[in-house]
Amino acid sequence: MSEQVDAMTAKEMEFVTLVAGGQNFCIEITQIREIRRWSPVTILPHSPDYVLGVMNLRGAVIPIVDLAAKLGFEKIEPTERHVIIITAVEEKIVGLLVESVSEIIGVSTDMVRDIPRGPEDATTRAILGIIAIGEEMTKIINLSILSSKKDQVAA
Amino acid sequence: MAHDPSILEAFFEECEDLIIALTEGLTEMREGHADTETVNAVFRAVHSIKGAAGAFALDELVGFAHKFETVLDELRSEKLETDEKLMRVLQRAGDILADLVDDARENAPANRAVVDPMLAELQGFLGPEGDEQDAAEEEFVFEALSLDVGMPDVGPAGYCVSFHPSAEFYALGHDPALIIAALMELGEATVDVNMQDLPTEFADFVWSQGYLSWQIDIAGLTTDLQIHDIFQFMDDICALEVVSLDMVDDIAAQPSVDLADELTAEEIKTVDAPEAMGGPTGAAAPVKEQQKQRPAKKPAATTLRVDPERVDRLINAVGELIINQSVISQRLQEADLPNLAELLADLDDYKFLAREIQEGVMAIRAQPVKPLFQRMMRIAREAADATGKDVELITEGEATEVDKTVVERLADPLTHMIRNAIDHGIEKPEDRVAKRKDSQGQLRLSASQRSGSIVIEIADDGAGLNRSRIRDIAINKGLIAPDAALSDQEIDHLLFAPGFSTAEEVTSLSGRGVGMDVVKTAITALGGRIAITSNPGFGTSFSITLPVTLAVMDGMIITVGDQTMVVPISSILETIRPDMSDIAKLGLNSELFRIRGEYVPIIDLAERLGSQPSQKDMIDRVLLLVQTESIAQCALAVDDIFDQRQVVVKSMLGNYGEIDGVSGATILGDGKIALIIDPDAITSVMAAKTRLTTDDREAAHVRAS
Repeated sequence: MSEQVDAMTAKEMEFVTLVAGGQNFCIEITQIREIRRWSPVTILPHSPDYVLGVMNLRGAVIPIVDLAAKLGFEKIEPTERHVIIITAVEEKIVGLLVESVSEIIGVSTDMVRDIPRGPEDATTRAILGIIAIGEEMTKIINLSILSSKKDQVAA
Repeated sequence: MAHDPSILEAFFEECEDLIIALTEGLTEMREGHADTETVNAVFRAVHSIKGAAGAFALDELVGFAHKFETVLDELRSEKLETDEKLMRVLQRAGDILADLVDDARENAPANRAVVDPMLAELQGFLGPEGDEQDAAEEEFVFEALSLDVGMPDVGPAGYCVSFHPSAEFYALGHDPALIIAALMELGEATVDVNMQDLPTEFADFVWSQGYLSWQIDIAGLTTDLQIHDIFQFMDDICALEVVSLDMVDDIAAQPSVDLADELTAEEIKTVDAPEAMGGPTGAAAPVKEQQKQRPAKKPAATTLRVDPERVDRLINAVGELIINQSVISQRLQEADLPNLAELLADLDDYKFLAREIQEGVMAIRAQPVKPLFQRMMRIAREAADATGKDVELITEGEATEVDKTVVERLADPLTHMIRNAIDHGIEKPEDRVAKRKDSQGQLRLSASQRSGSIVIEIADDGAGLNRSRIRDIAINKGLIAPDAALSDQEIDHLLFAPGFSTAEEVTSLSGRGVGMDVVKTAITALGGRIAITSNPGFGTSFSITLPVTLAVMDGMIITVGDQTMVVPISSILETIRPDMSDIAKLGLNSELFRIRGEYVPIIDLAERLGSQPSQKDMIDRVLLLVQTESIAQCALAVDDIFDQRQVVVKSMLGNYGEIDGVSGATILGDGKIALIIDPDAITSVMAAKTRLTTDDREAAHVRAS
């Protein structure tokens, strides 16, 4: 996933773009199971503030994470218009609450760039790379931050 | 030789069954009510393991099984006397064989430190004569043994071996002449060659094809085991029939019961011809017919091997069915239909059926604890040997059935507890005699079903717990304050505290400091509880209470704040709407509840789960009197009680992780998730907190909220 990738080996990848904390992000489409509207969740005791609770997805109990809060932004006040992206990472199913989902973009892997070095924060640590689309830019979210060991201890 | 892993797996599964048969047989023999058939069964079990292990080139296993088998053979032919010493060695050998199978399964090297002395011990019974025989057998030369298989009147005169090598047999470089030569050494033999498969036209002749088959009659043999030994590694590359000679003679005339019995006694293997061979197996066919007709002496339990995943899917689906039923029921209540009563009656039928299906599906997963207990017998013998103590393990209720997962996951905790009981609980023989106890210690392992729970008890008649020492250790390790006032029961439960180990010296068996808290964690993970009672001087007993099934439980539906939750019925003693006069303040925040003259602490569930404490008055709320192992009784304050119903337990571990105070989740009729409260965890944290200072408590609250 760097600029060094040869044009010959470049592959076409698809991402779903979304808005969280007022910024553009995207998630690789193969990691997404489905997208659904927000519905009230069951609150979990002793959970970190970015864990909203659990919901019933056809008989499975899945945790819902406020992506904005997880990335260090303000917490989202969920309403009917908010969206939950159900993701599957490392055999774990986790729902992400985001402000909105925009579109599916297809890019070739050589268009994905590394993030320029700079000061780090919760958001930059969660970004795998950036994609420039015309004037706009979107950031690829590293979903494995959702299941990092540190969070499990906190949970 | 590379093997299909599934075939290897099938071999190990078969080994498990064989080892169960072996252990059973040996136990019967040791207890003295074994007949010849038992000895034969034990012998056959070992022999089958050896044979199959040979096919997989598991040399360690083959070597050991071979020696074991040789001793059993001597026993079978009454060259060896059955005495206590021999039986002890045989049982240990059985244990080691089981260990070797496990080692082979995990691809681990055998524990030579255990295997070699046992081999030497087994050899000790064989004497020099056995040694010769042993060496001879290695070279595929057999001496005829006169074995008494327990049928003096119809001793078989010999065997007829039909042998048809396949193309693969030749391709692998085997020579039929060598096989025939080996067979001829077994006794007086006549060899017939069958050439009828040979093509008449030379042009049709395929050089690599095996056209010839042989029939070898061997006289004076009483067992076919040696014949099967010769073909041990060729089972799958030739068609083989071994039939007792008088069978062949009498086959048409006398399909009687005697005959059938005899057939059962002889181990007859029918090996299907591989595809490469083609063509009829000739003379073998009528014999096969005959075998089909024979009445089974002991009707073998027909079992079905099913991929557990399929059963789990079924269980999940049935769980959904039950949730669906409660959804419909709730919808109907809300809909306020004219003929509601009829509909509800029909729905009750539906509920009944769903329950029945569920119970049936659960029963598929249920397994008797017998294999587990047998494994514990092994553990107990090993532990007794290692510590030089004389211990008898008595098992009861082996037929009790428990969920497969429970059986599997109980193995480690039970092993630990058995070892602990033998290592720490039961005294050395001389100490026992000094205390006027029987020098042989008794360890009782029992399983029973009590109203929806399985209770497993491990009781020893040892020294009991040394409470003052447990207390000292707990103080030394900072587990309790030096001035803490603890009841005997609380002291006993310190054993389950993390990092607690009472062994003065660390032995190889137990006392690695990971002891009982690991046991407790494992039991709790299964939704069970563990309790301990000890009577100084008379022994200690552990009692493990487990749910019959992990998938469903009876729960009380409650509300706390705006959340609906479930508390397991099994831990609720009663539900009470308190009177003001029954509530007493204790200090600033704590309250006590008076019931029948006793004061029990009140825990606000909402506060304990990290949300805002309820603003409602205690008299408007409901108290659930719960019993847990850390606190004898305690009252959980909840806002309201809704219903009591069966809920399907969903694990949260997979997608989220462990939550303090919550054991799982379930899906309610309206599709919402309700958390299942773990009363033990809720109260045990409270019990721990009372020992902390106020500052700590505040800090803990800040962290929790």
